[in-house]
Amino acid sequence: MAPLVNIEGLSVAFNGVPVLRGVDLALGKGEALGLVGESGSGKSVTWLAALGLLPRHAKVTGSVRLNGREILGAPAAQLDRVRGGRVAMIFQDPASALNPVLTIRKQLCESLALHRDLQGNAVKAEARRLLDLVGIPDAGRRLEAYPHEFSGGQVQRIMIAMALAGNPDVLIADEPTTALDATIQAQILELLSSIRCEFGMAMVLISHDLGVVAENCDRVAVMYAGRIVEEAPSNQLFADPVHPYAQSLIGALPPLDGPRRRLTAIPGTVPDPAMMPDGCAFAPRCALASDPCGLAAPTLAPIANERAVACIRAEASRRALLGIAAE
Amino acid sequence: MGRYLAIRFGRAALTIVLVVTFAFVVLRLSGDPALMILGPEAPPEVLAAFRKAWGLDDPIWFQYLDYFGAIAKGELGRSMRDGRPAIELVLERIPATLALTLPAFFFKVVLGIPAGIYAALHRGSAIDRAVMMTAVAGFTVPSFVLALLLVLVFAVQLGWLPSGGQDSWRHAILPIVTLSLGGAAVLARFTRSAMLEVLGQPYIRTASAKGVPWRKVVTSHALPNAAIPTVTILGFMVGTLIAGAVVVESVFSWPGVGRLLVVAVANRDLAVVQCILLLVAMTMVTSNLVVDFLYGFLDPRLRAKGAHA
Amino acid sequence: MSPPLVEVTEISRSYSMRSGMFGRTAAVHAVDGVSLTIPKGQTLGLVGESGSGKSTTGRIVLGLEPPDSGEVRFDGKSMAAPVTAAWRTQRARMQMIFQDPLGALDRRLPVATQIREPLDIHGLGTPAEREDRVRDLLRAVELTPAHGARYPGALSGGQRQRIVLARALATKPDFLVCDEPVSALDVSIQAQVVNLLCDLQAQLGLTLLFISHDLRVVRQISNVVAVMYLGRIVEIGSADDLFARPEHPYTQALVSASPAPGRRSAGRIVLAGDPPNPAARPQGCAFHPRCPRAIARCAREVPALSTVGGNRQVACHLVTGAETRDAA
Repeated sequence: MAPLVNIEGLSVAFNGVPVLRGVDLALGKGEALGLVGESGSGKSVTWLAALGLLPRHAKVTGSVRLNGREILGAPAAQLDRVRGGRVAMIFQDPASALNPVLTIRKQLCESLALHRDLQGNAVKAEARRLLDLVGIPDAGRRLEAYPHEFSGGQVQRIMIAMALAGNPDVLIADEPTTALDATIQAQILELLSSIRCEFGMAMVLISHDLGVVAENCDRVAVMYAGRIVEEAPSNQLFADPVHPYAQSLIGALPPLDGPRRRLTAIPGTVPDPAMMPDGCAFAPRCALASDPCGLAAPTLAPIANERAVACIRAEASRRALLGIAAE
Repeated sequence: MGRYLAIRFGRAALTIVLVVTFAFVVLRLSGDPALMILGPEAPPEVLAAFRKAWGLDDPIWFQYLDYFGAIAKGELGRSMRDGRPAIELVLERIPATLALTLPAFFFKVVLGIPAGIYAALHRGSAIDRAVMMTAVAGFTVPSFVLALLLVLVFAVQLGWLPSGGQDSWRHAILPIVTLSLGGAAVLARFTRSAMLEVLGQPYIRTASAKGVPWRKVVTSHALPNAAIPTVTILGFMVGTLIAGAVVVESVFSWPGVGRLLVVAVANRDLAVVQCILLLVAMTMVTSNLVVDFLYGFLDPRLRAKGAHA
Repeated sequence: MSPPLVEVTEISRSYSMRSGMFGRTAAVHAVDGVSLTIPKGQTLGLVGESGSGKSTTGRIVLGLEPPDSGEVRFDGKSMAAPVTAAWRTQRARMQMIFQDPLGALDRRLPVATQIREPLDIHGLGTPAEREDRVRDLLRAVELTPAHGARYPGALSGGQRQRIVLARALATKPDFLVCDEPVSALDVSIQAQVVNLLCDLQAQLGLTLLFISHDLRVVRQISNVVAVMYLGRIVEIGSADDLFARPEHPYTQALVSASPAPGRRSAGRIVLAGDPPNPAARPQGCAFHPRCPRAIARCAREVPALSTVGGNRQVACHLVTGAETRDAA
C-alpha cells in the first residue's frame, strides 16, 4: 500500500544553520505515528516544514508527497487546500493558539468555509455539531464566546474541532497536552483516539513524553539532533530499544511502580546545531561510542521487520542491553 | 460598567486639575508678570497698581483658589496684555491650528500605517530597511530642523513655496509636510513593531495551518490584533491636534494656538497660558478616554472585565 | 524514625480575588487545613494539579507567606515572624529552588558570583574561604570553575538549575523546598538533576519538600508522598506503594492518567470536567463533582483524612467508610 504521506531527505536550515538533516518518514492511511525527541531534535520542524509553515528565511529541501503528489514548494493555492483540508494541525499552547479577538464561531466557520461546500445556516449548524462532537457543553451558546472564556483543555478541544472541520486525512498533533494538567491531558488523548477511530484518520503525535507516545501510537520514530535515530512499532521500541539514545531516554524515565532504580542520565547536553559534531551527533554523549562513530553519520538502516536504527554500534548496544558482555 | 466609567472620568478630572495646578505653580514661580509686561523701568507705583488690579499681591494659595473658583464658574480670566477674555483669544486661533494639524493627522495615518504594515510583512527587505531608516530619521530629527531644511530647499533655493505667513493655501504646505513626516515616522515604526509582534503569535500559525490564504491571515487575523497597540499612539496624536504645532507654527510664523502660547509664556500672560493648557489637557484626556473605550471595542478580553463591573 | 525537622499543623491560607478588573471579590481557599511532618533527612513529595495549593503550601512552610491559621514548626521551634533576626537565622537554614532557573538568576552576573552572594550576605567565612566554597559547590553539582565564570545565558537549562541548586546549598541549609525543579527540563537532563538531588541529599543529610505535578519524578525522590486537591491533602502514604495501590479515587485517576510506556490506554480512568477552580470550591468533598464513585454523602460532608492501614491516610467517605463498616 502506498503511504499517505511520504517524506524523503527533508532538510531545514535557518540562516545556514541546519536543524533538520535529512529525514525520511512514511505515514500510512489511518496510522498513528509517534515522534519523540527532546527540544531541538526537529520533531516539530519536520511537520512545519512539510506543510510550508516555517518562516521565509528557513531553507527547506527534500521531498514531501501527499498521496503521491509533491507538496514541498507547491504553489500557495495548492498548499492552502492541503493545510486544514487534507492535513490538519494542532499545537501546544492552548492559551495563544486561537485568535483572541475573534469569536469561536468566526474561527470555526472560517475553516468550514475554506474546506467544505456549505452555505448559510448549514455552516453554523455544522460548527455546532463539531463543538458537540469534541465535548464542549452548550455548543450553540458557546459559539459566540471568545477564546479567553474557555479553559486550556476546552481550547484544545476547540482546536480539534477546527482541525476536523476540513475532514482531513491526517491530524498532526504537536505536543497537544504538554501545557495541560494530568487529568485534562487524559481527556484530550482519549478524545483524540476516539475521533481517530471514528473518522479513520491518520495521526502524527509529536511529544517529548515517551509515555504519551507509547500509549497512543502504533509506531514511533525517535529523533535526535535533526535526524531519526530509531523507528519501531511502539511496543517493541519500549521493550527492546536498540539505539543507545533511545535506551537512555527510556532509562531516564522514573518507574511508577516496582523497585526504584537509579535513572540513566545522559551526560552532557544536546549539541548546538551550529557546532554539530562530525559523524554521529549522539557519539559525544554515548557510552558505547567508538572511533568509527566520529567519522560518518550513520544512516537509518533496517534491522528487522518494521524496525530501523541509525547506529553502527547497534549490535553492541543490543547486547549491552541484554546484559551480554560485548565481544 | 457604571463604576468603570466613573473611575475613568474621575481619573480624567484629576489629570486636568494636576495639569492646571502645575502650570499655575511654574508660571508664578518663574517671574513677575508686572515686570514682564510693563518693563523694568516702570515706576513702582504703576507696578503695584498692576499687581493689585490682577490680584497678584494676594497670597499664592488665595490666587490659586480664586483661579479654580473662576474656572468652575467658567471664567477663564482676561489677558493681562490687552484685557480681552483669554478664552476668546485662544478660540480665535484654533481654526488656524486645525488647518495645519487636521491635514497633517490625515497624512500621518495614510502614510505611516500602510508603511508600517508593509515593512512588517516584508521584514528585512530593501523596502523595510528604507522605511525604517526614514522613520528613524523622521523622529530623531527635531521638527524645527526639518522645518528649516524644508524652508531652505523649497523656499530659499527653489523658491517654489513661501517660507512663512498665512496668506494662501500654499503657505500651509510646508508646515503640514513638516508635521506629517515626523508623525508618520512614529506611526510607521509603531505599526511595524505591533504587526511583527502579532505575526509571531501562535494563532497566526494556527490560521495558516487551517489553510487560510496569507492575504486573509493578514487582514482578518493579524490586523485586528495589531490595531490594539496602534490605537494608543493614534489617540495620543488626536490629543496633540490643538497644541501639537507649537514649534512648527513658530518657525513658519503661522498664527495658531501654538504661537499664541509662545508669546503668552514669554510675557507671563498667565490667564492665556492657563487657558491654553486647560484646553490641551482636556483634549488629551478626552482622546485618552476615547482610546480606553476603543480598547474595549477592539479587545474582547478587556470588554469582559468591563462587563463584570 | 528520625525526629521531625518540619512540622506543619492545620495551616490554611485564603486570598481575596476579584473576577475581572472590578468584579466582586471572592475568597479563594488556596490551602485548607494541611498538616505535614517531614523527618530529618527525608523527602516529602507533594503532588497535585494546578490550583491544588501545593506551591502555596511550599511558600508557607518556608515562611515566605504567613498562614491565616495553623502553625509551622522548624526543628522544634515555631517559625519566627518575618524579617526579624530570629526569622533570618531560621531562613538561612532553609532554601528554595523553582521551576524557572533563568528567572531565578541575574543575567548580568557570572554564575559563580551569584553562588557566592548568600555567603557575602550572611558574612560567612573570609573572602578566600568563600572562593573555595564556591569551587566546592560547583563541584558538588558536577560543574567546573569554568562554568562558574559564565553568564546564565551561556549555560543550558540543566546547568542553570544546577547553579540555582549550588546557590541554595551555599549556606549549608538543612531544608530545601523544590517547586517543580525539573519540569522545564528535557527527560535526559531531568534525570541528571534528579540523580544529583538524590546524591546530594544522601551526602548532606538534607530534608526536602519536593513539589511537582509529575508522579514519576516525585516517587523517584520521595519517601512519603501527599496528594493535594483544591487545597486539601486527599491521600498520603509511602512513595513505594501509594502509586502502586492508590486508594483515593482522585489518586487512582492521576495514576491512571500518567502514561506508561508499554501499556496501551485501555482501562484508563478519564475524569470528566475541567480542572477545579479554587474560587468556586464545591461543597462537601471538593472532588465529588468529578468523582466516578461519588455518593450522596460526598456532596454534604467534607471527608476527614484518616488512617486506613500502615502509614496510609485517605480523605474519602468511600474508603474510610468501608473501614468503619468493617470495624462495626
